[in-house]
Amino acid sequence: MIIRGGIVYDPANGIYGEEMDLFIEGGRIAEEAAGPELDASGLLVMPGGVDAHSHIAGTKVNTGRIMRPDDSRMGTEPRNPVCRPCTGYTVPNCYAIGYRYARMGYTTAFEAATPIINARHTHEELEEIPILDKGALTLFGSNWTVLECVRDKDLAKLAAYVAWGLRASRGYGVKIVNPGGGEAWGFGANVKGLYDTVPNFDVIPAEIIESLAKANEMLGLPHSIHLHFNNLGKPGNYTTAIETLDLLKGVQASRMRQVVHIAHMQFSAYGGTGWKDFESKGPAIADYFNRHSHATMDLGMVLFGPATTMTADGPLEYANSRLLHAKWANCDYELEDSSGVVPLVYGRKMPINAIQWAIGLELALMTKDPWKVIMTTDHPNGAPFVNYPEVIALLMSRPKREEEIATVHELVKSRTALPTLEREMDWTDIAVMTRAGPARILGLEDKGHLGKGADGDVAVYNLRPDEIDPSRDHALVKAALAKARYTIKGGTLVARDGEILSAPPGRTYWVDAGVAEADANRLMADLKDKFDRYYSIQISNYMVQDAYISHPNVIRAGLQVREGEDRSSHALAREA
Amino acid sequence: MTEDVLCTFCGCLCDDLRVEVADGRVQKVRGACRLGASKIMGHDRIKTPMIREDGVLREATYDQACARAAQILLKAKRPVLYGWASTSCEADRKGILLAEEVGGVMDTTATVCHGPSILGIEEKGLAGATLGQVKNRADLIIFWGCNPAEAHPRHALRYSSNACGRFTPEGRSGRKVMVVDVRETRSAKNADKFLRLIPGTDYEVISAMRMILGGKADVVPETVAGLPKTQLVETVEIMKNARFGVIFFGLGMTHSRGRYKNVDNALSLVAELNAFTKFVVMAMRGHYNVAGIGQVMACASGYPMSVDYSRGAPYFNPGETTICDLLNRKEADAALVIAADPASNFPRSTVEALAEVPVIQIDPFENPTTLLADVVIPSAIAGVEAEGTAYRMDGMCLRLRKLVDSEFPSDEAILQRIIDNVRRLRA
Repeated sequence: MIIRGGIVYDPANGIYGEEMDLFIEGGRIAEEAAGPELDASGLLVMPGGVDAHSHIAGTKVNTGRIMRPDDSRMGTEPRNPVCRPCTGYTVPNCYAIGYRYARMGYTTAFEAATPIINARHTHEELEEIPILDKGALTLFGSNWTVLECVRDKDLAKLAAYVAWGLRASRGYGVKIVNPGGGEAWGFGANVKGLYDTVPNFDVIPAEIIESLAKANEMLGLPHSIHLHFNNLGKPGNYTTAIETLDLLKGVQASRMRQVVHIAHMQFSAYGGTGWKDFESKGPAIADYFNRHSHATMDLGMVLFGPATTMTADGPLEYANSRLLHAKWANCDYELEDSSGVVPLVYGRKMPINAIQWAIGLELALMTKDPWKVIMTTDHPNGAPFVNYPEVIALLMSRPKREEEIATVHELVKSRTALPTLEREMDWTDIAVMTRAGPARILGLEDKGHLGKGADGDVAVYNLRPDEIDPSRDHALVKAALAKARYTIKGGTLVARDGEILSAPPGRTYWVDAGVAEADANRLMADLKDKFDRYYSIQISNYMVQDAYISHPNVIRAGLQVREGEDRSSHALAREA
Repeated sequence: MTEDVLCTFCGCLCDDLRVEVADGRVQKVRGACRLGASKIMGHDRIKTPMIREDGVLREATYDQACARAAQILLKAKRPVLYGWASTSCEADRKGILLAEEVGGVMDTTATVCHGPSILGIEEKGLAGATLGQVKNRADLIIFWGCNPAEAHPRHALRYSSNACGRFTPEGRSGRKVMVVDVRETRSAKNADKFLRLIPGTDYEVISAMRMILGGKADVVPETVAGLPKTQLVETVEIMKNARFGVIFFGLGMTHSRGRYKNVDNALSLVAELNAFTKFVVMAMRGHYNVAGIGQVMACASGYPMSVDYSRGAPYFNPGETTICDLLNRKEADAALVIAADPASNFPRSTVEALAEVPVIQIDPFENPTTLLADVVIPSAIAGVEAEGTAYRMDGMCLRLRKLVDSEFPSDEAILQRIIDNVRRLRA
């Protein structure tokens, strides 16, 4: 395939709006190619979008669907010769997820939190999502084996467990949610901060986070730890955020990337002592990121309208449900973590919601380096992912922001810095935030750029970067980004002007990390005991089978394996 | 001997069975309850596909039966595809695709079982936990309108009353077990406390408990549905003082007067108890994969049961798109029944309506529905003769094993053949 004459933004390769032809051969970017030609003359061209944090598959997502038939009615689209039928807005069905991302020019999305014990469910759903390449981050932050390794200061065993947990869940990276809090929630309690002891385990969240970060780097995983802070969602929590970031300053990254990625930063950038004096600490957080380089964040942008909050932070969801008098689902996973789901509506006249909205924009606009701050709405917590074009329009246009500020609660003017911010992002910033940055942060070498050998994932938009002024023409920007002129996935044209033309299955990324046999053996003895005594299922039925990943893309990490050598001598017992 | 086999009987989905296989047959099942063992050992198989001609079922080939099934579904204006709880999620997904292709209604056995629970969850959500969480932590277990001693025989030992875990090393002696029911069941006999309800008063009793919990005991009358207030106050105190409490509820709650409102009320009670202590709630699902079809349907359509595809997009309105209502209104004009037995379980008038429309049955075993079926297609037994996926009552997703080869095709393969026929006939 040849894409002719586009204005290409490929910041990972130092290309900032150059007119050039792109070639895709065998599903990858090449120097020349045959086959069909697409005319992109003068149009905006970027790599396929990459979402590094989105709740798209698994028990939480499906619980959201089951408890919200009202939401499923919102997004109804009938079946057609290419597409299965679609439903839902904040909790779209599995088909809608694939088609709607593809329509926006996105080709990759990662599920943000899956417990090992029910990862099979996550993969059942990932398999059903068409078009997208995907992966799932695995929850480790309240896991008994993790807590015990941390308590015993046994980092080698912890790394062995992380490797085993990733393999058992066919997971891609280490997710930590409200570390220790999920275990405490097993008896209805929570941890209050970095130094609050986790009941019954004699460890503190600070130790859990630091140890998992070190284990992550011992294994040289493609992604860093991916952290949802303690105290998320509470007024005054920015101090916890900064304290936690400081804790990780000394950890050495094993790869050219951050040592910690902060999930949905907006929800942890709050000042005030309570809801009455709630205020933005977005500027303080942005300032921290401007002065340090060991951390990256995604926005967790809130937009006005319906959302469905879902997180492994069980106590947070209980608090949400009581505060909002909303329906509440909870699921605690034995030995591993907790989770909850609560629907809500963000109102532009609600002071808290308006400030949350402003904080997301502050974080993006005040953090100077776009490689450190990537686009998410923490779908569907802050808003459904289909609203990314709205966020981009806001970031590129101060007049649009001013129009919006005039309609939201007036406290945005006194409790946030947003009205004073002049910055208007350019297409390079946007290309970094929505594709190059997320791919680099996740460690996806073939994604987010258009260099030779990269995945043939390309988005062409009906926008002429040389002619339009996004500041003034923000409505055009928003409309064009919502419906890509062309979305090409692995060299296949999958969408044109919002119409899905084909729906090939995507691949699932997971990480297979080898560890030393001695550590694996120590771990397995411990795990066998845990399964005998505490788990309610057998160890032999625990690990996700290959049958659940029909198009795998396995990334090797940990101990290097030489050609032809039997992996099993290094790695953990396969049969488990 | 195959170890760690999953039991394909009830929602407990026990995964620790040992099965002896010799000469390509299951010889012995160890570690299962009697219900599970007899299911896995099997019984009266349907031996060959059959098509009814002049009122008599006559042997046919799979090709003929699948083609006939496709004709029936294509000819019908309002076909219903029903069952799905006792087969694998892989078969369920094929069923959804078939329903989409023929514009049918996809409904599950939940509609006559825990359907009210699903409606209750739509109203209130559900504060749940996995069964292992109960095993390791619960010191108060309440069975409300369910009788696991007879319906889920290994529940108590593996997951609840008698299970030992990290924070419950004493097992049964370290916890309190309470049964709420209309009669003294076997489960009730083993409980520390039994609350006998007058049938149909669940809603009143739960409401009174919520009042007491909310500090409004003074306005609760001296007796509620025949129960003395003092007993309810005492019960609520026990609940508040538990370290980790759980309510397991069954059809006694979902199918007595009040139905989904009972469930709604119970879910609210549990949510409110969390202001005092840890409390969770779980439906005692019946068939081994009835939870699974709900999950698969929600993922594919947004709704966990009773989905109407006649408009091309999923439409859900229980009472309208539920199979019994469709049959009662004489709206359904064909049915595909898989892994279920509506002839035994539906109300009489509904079964009569079913008998009047063409029925396709896919099942390994003969059952009363076979008597009114027009096309009968025997299948391999999921979890014995075919691999696949099933979800336990707490939502745990597990992989069913294949123990022996089968001369019969799997449910999934049969449904694919019907889909192929539908596509061929339409083209």
